[in-house]
Amino acid sequence: MSQKVLNLAEKSSIKTDLPNFKIGDTVDVHTRILEGEKERIQIFNGVVIARAGSGSRETFVVRRIVASEGVERKFPLHSPKIAKIEVKRSGIVHRAKLYYLRDRIGKAVKLRERRSEKEEAAT
Amino acid sequence: MALGLLGRKVGMTQVFDESGNVRAVTVIEAGPCHVLQLRTIDRDGYDAVQLGFLDKPRRLASRGIRGQVARLDSKRSRTRTKAGVELLAKADCEPKRFVREFRGMVEGISVGQVLEVKQFENAKALDVTGTSKGRGTAGVMVRHNMAGQRATHGVKKVHRLPGSIGQSQFPGHVHKGRRMAGRHGNERRTQRNLKVVRIDADNNLLLVEGAVPGPNGGYVIIRETNKR
Repeated sequence: MSQKVLNLAEKSSIKTDLPNFKIGDTVDVHTRILEGEKERIQIFNGVVIARAGSGSRETFVVRRIVASEGVERKFPLHSPKIAKIEVKRSGIVHRAKLYYLRDRIGKAVKLRERRSEKEEAAT
Repeated sequence: MALGLLGRKVGMTQVFDESGNVRAVTVIEAGPCHVLQLRTIDRDGYDAVQLGFLDKPRRLASRGIRGQVARLDSKRSRTRTKAGVELLAKADCEPKRFVREFRGMVEGISVGQVLEVKQFENAKALDVTGTSKGRGTAGVMVRHNMAGQRATHGVKKVHRLPGSIGQSQFPGHVHKGRRMAGRHGNERRTQRNLKVVRIDADNNLLLVEGAVPGPNGGYVIIRETNKR
């Protein structure tokens, strides 16, 4: 019962227009950044390697390689500072957490692409 | 100034504020509370308002408890009315699970009135009182935040003990009040100056920033803070 009440309290913080992205997807995360007075949007592109938590506490981790150095950012999924999440491509994965990518370098980082049925019919 | 309210701790979660930052909040189901009784100096020797929270099934309530909230017919009440004695006002509601009194006189409150979480709308910060979680027998490091002793340098088997507890033949005994290991928790505790993050009047919910004493589902007393 208390979980129901907790959900009520979280409701206003939860986004409903989120895209359905999965572990292994390559995404563009548009984050709002305040520079003095002005607000601008910065894009962080990378592979989603983990999702954790539930309700308004849910977070996801995006990993990318910058100048041959691995960079990971953890975002609160429902944060108002995230303007948009765009799914660029989907990878085939058999794990819920892709921490094994941290030990890989170069070409081994790439995931096999999963295509939707429509796309496959076209090719 | 708002009187106060009784409630139940639902649990902790996080919400986003206007600037998009995460705030760790405790959700409290606060009210609605019936005013069950008014204590007055003339009758009881002190002024107070008695509130009740959550209905209790009638089968669990004794006749005395039911008689407090509703007018029950009895031989005594019949003879009293016949004698022209004005009986005490009753709240006319279900028996309540959690009943507490708030000291002091409050204008414009009558028996049977229902108080809601709306009254805290202008409150900056609240004090929340509850019964802390029981920890059983706990050592001095847990119970009194003592530092314990070193891991090395000759310390043997006393790493988590308090060390010296006094002097020698003078005074020849341990002073009263020396903090030692023992029962910890399960005590009335007040967390003061908690900021109000949000009030959800429709669902009787109160979101305060930070932690509140007691387990989820534990009863709490909420008051506006007098701390500056």
